[in-house]
Amino acid sequence: MALNRDFIGRASAPSAPYEVSRVKIREFATAIGDNNPIYRDREAAQAAGHPDVIAPPTFPIVFSLGGGALLADPELGLNFAMVVHGEQRFEYRRPIHAGDELVTVSTVTDIRSVGRNEFITVKSDVTTVDGELVCTTYNTIVERGGAG
Amino acid sequence: MAATVKYDEVEVGQEIPAADYPVRRINLVMYAGASGDFNQIHWNERFAKTVGLPDVIAHGMFTMAQAGRFVTDWAGDPGAVVDYGVRFSSMVVVPDDDEGTVITVSGVVEEKLEDKRVVIALTAKCADSRVLSKARAVVQLS
Repeated sequence: MALNRDFIGRASAPSAPYEVSRVKIREFATAIGDNNPIYRDREAAQAAGHPDVIAPPTFPIVFSLGGGALLADPELGLNFAMVVHGEQRFEYRRPIHAGDELVTVSTVTDIRSVGRNEFITVKSDVTTVDGELVCTTYNTIVERGGAG
Repeated sequence: MAATVKYDEVEVGQEIPAADYPVRRINLVMYAGASGDFNQIHWNERFAKTVGLPDVIAHGMFTMAQAGRFVTDWAGDPGAVVDYGVRFSSMVVVPDDDEGTVITVSGVVEEKLEDKRVVIALTAKCADSRVLSKARAVVQLS
């Protein structure tokens, strides 16, 4: 089923603040097989100039997974069983570190057909609760056969 | 941020030696749990086949994380990665055996930017297919 083009430009409400913890960063680093001490040891992180352990570059997927509520809206018409990831980008102002409280606002920036597939791109701005922009993510997912 | 690589010691065209990242089903289960992405195509072979996939496939984000690890290991400080983007061009199929599969990542310094930043072009392959395309990281060197 073709995706509802009315969603282009639609933005999510700001997320509830996500509190970045050392435990979650360590769990994520372990899951990607990365033993870098800057993800695990506060002293190692501080020696590298960070206030606390930092998160791996792809960590924001934990709390900004595709703009959640927007993509789950039945009015959009997305069939999750046919979804694969198309593109992903993370643009950082500074690294995310333990103790950050982050709010995400996601916006659908594009919906397009390529062949028989539907592509939807969601941009998410990740800011601290004080409004400091930390990271912007761009997520394009593909609904296989959606345009067929 | 304190990358251990110095901007002045890096040349355009310089290659970063390839590294292998093995992937077994357990890694996908761990990644599902840590990331919160429980899409069944990443752990349920029966389901994956009903939606036309050859077998369970790795999360694209797992593959992206492996290539990210390649860059952060090179840079020394993961906080030096200021921009990182990829296109997922092929699936990483992960069989249910003790071997799994292997993602091989290599990189080359593509461009030197201002402010001691460099662009690293990444290549990630699995079973002779390029699994990432347009994979680029911008790294703040010292």
